[in-house]
Amino acid sequence: MLSVAVQHRLGDFLLDAAFESGAGLTALFGRSGSGKTSLVNAIAGLIRPERGRILVDGAVLTDTARRVFVPARQRKIGYVFQEGRLFPHLTVRQNLLYGRWFASRRGQAGEVEHVIDLLGIAELLARRPANLSGGEKQRVAIGRALLAQPRLLVMDEPLASLDEARKTEILPYIERLRDEFAIPIVYVSHAIAEVTRLATTMVVMSEGRVAAVGPTAEIMSRIGLFPLTGQAEAGAILSTRVAEHDTRFGLTTLRTAAGDLRVPYMDLRLGAQLRVRIRARDVMIALQPPQGLSALNILPGTVAEIGETDGPSVDMRLDCAGQPLIARLTRRSVESLGLVPGRRVYAVIKSIAFDHQAFGGAAPGTPGADADTRHG
Amino acid sequence: MSWVLAFSPEELTAIRLSLRVAFWAMLGSLPVGIAVALLLSRGQFWGKSLLNVIVHLPLVIPPVVTGYILLLLFGRRGLIGEFFADRLGIVFAFRWTGAALACAVMGFPLLVRSIRLSLDAIDRRLEDAAGTLGANAMWIFVTITLPLILPGILAGMILSFARALGEFGATITFVSNIPGETQTLPTAIYMLIQVPGGDLAALRLTLVSIAISMLALFASEALIERATRRVQGL
Repeated sequence: MLSVAVQHRLGDFLLDAAFESGAGLTALFGRSGSGKTSLVNAIAGLIRPERGRILVDGAVLTDTARRVFVPARQRKIGYVFQEGRLFPHLTVRQNLLYGRWFASRRGQAGEVEHVIDLLGIAELLARRPANLSGGEKQRVAIGRALLAQPRLLVMDEPLASLDEARKTEILPYIERLRDEFAIPIVYVSHAIAEVTRLATTMVVMSEGRVAAVGPTAEIMSRIGLFPLTGQAEAGAILSTRVAEHDTRFGLTTLRTAAGDLRVPYMDLRLGAQLRVRIRARDVMIALQPPQGLSALNILPGTVAEIGETDGPSVDMRLDCAGQPLIARLTRRSVESLGLVPGRRVYAVIKSIAFDHQAFGGAAPGTPGADADTRHG
Repeated sequence: MSWVLAFSPEELTAIRLSLRVAFWAMLGSLPVGIAVALLLSRGQFWGKSLLNVIVHLPLVIPPVVTGYILLLLFGRRGLIGEFFADRLGIVFAFRWTGAALACAVMGFPLLVRSIRLSLDAIDRRLEDAAGTLGANAMWIFVTITLPLILPGILAGMILSFARALGEFGATITFVSNIPGETQTLPTAIYMLIQVPGGDLAALRLTLVSIAISMLALFASEALIERATRRVQGL
């Protein structure tokens, strides 16, 4: 349980943010300069806020009203920095074990091996940071933070300095971290794909303030937040389960509360759970169940909310058996179809629209895919 | 060529003394040098620029003046010298310890400057990272800061050592030129040039002086390169 309320002035910028979050991964999402890093630095004790109160698991770490400020080294907050910050003069093994000298709890036997194994860094132990790739450095940095026995793990854009291939390499490790360790994670990011894939709870930041807090799927389906969460990538998140494989056509059926989705074949076992993001721009609307249409996915639902706009396109939220779905249409179509809240419609989604960016949880062919059964 | 290695006992004494003085000047000033470099690099206090000027003063004022000031402060009846002699039993005046002190003071700006530059250059965010892992200030300094500035410390030590080997003015002013006690290589050479027939001996000691300095510089280059590679993690 994390509870944060911070007021801090940095030049002209005022950070005035408060949120609460529980277990799992909490994403602080927002543009660069929205105050995300300052906020996590306040949580980790790297900056002392002018006013504020920060609690982790009931322990008061900062309370300016009572003049409490626990120094960073006593907070037991593991920090994974954007640039890794591995100690260049120490080997990977020495880096990993650095925080263990100070950990009050010795930890279980085999914990070091477990972390090394989980992050896939066993071959790197004797090397020095200068000889590691960007992705390897970040994995070591995560291991170093984990092995210091933290009660909270803070990750400040750990993937921002990596290319796409390295990002895809690390994301599954972070998912395993979220699912296999009982340590809450605060994850700073401005990349919506990362956030929708990883986050249990989402905190949307804008200009030093918290614009919205809530479960990721709920936040992502709020039309009013699209200017902050990103117009182009806006879309609903569906929790799905692998129901069927069609080897003849290379398709996989994913079952959702809203109905079945057929997507390109995924190398996952039946029953595996998976998050899927359906981008608003990939969704079409029909008034009748379409006939003679190539698209394989047709979900019935009702119009729940239509966004206000003067521009050419309109975002609308559909309710498909309780599951929100976002569609983006032209204003002209909305008018000519006579779409109003409450109207029964059919959402049409092409199977091909599901690229790897759309999948949270386990993407095919990535490490940890077989272990990923706990998402959603 | 036999004349080259035919050292007289007096000459050998001067060589040994020179090495001893330079060694202790370097080692004695090291902890103070690190502390002052830390203060100058990281401290925020009133009079910081004054401290900076005082540290660098021996570099710009005539060595004779430095020697004379040392004589006033650390002489038998000097302000500090009396305290050291009575309370700690350390006498500087006209002793080899005084020569070491003079050399230490003369080399101090070089030592501090070298350490300070490497302190300014290290990534302080690494120290923050060590803090989040639970390390306290002392431990961060020993395990992160010190290893990272090691090349700067080594370079500073070598500069201080080399400066001490060459020190002349402040030494001769402060502790005079007593064979076997305060007569180092430069003062010995100076003496030999003054007396008739001392040319050959002067030349011998000059060659020794050059040899020691070159050896020290070569060794330091190798050491610094090794330390730098280590710090960069190569």
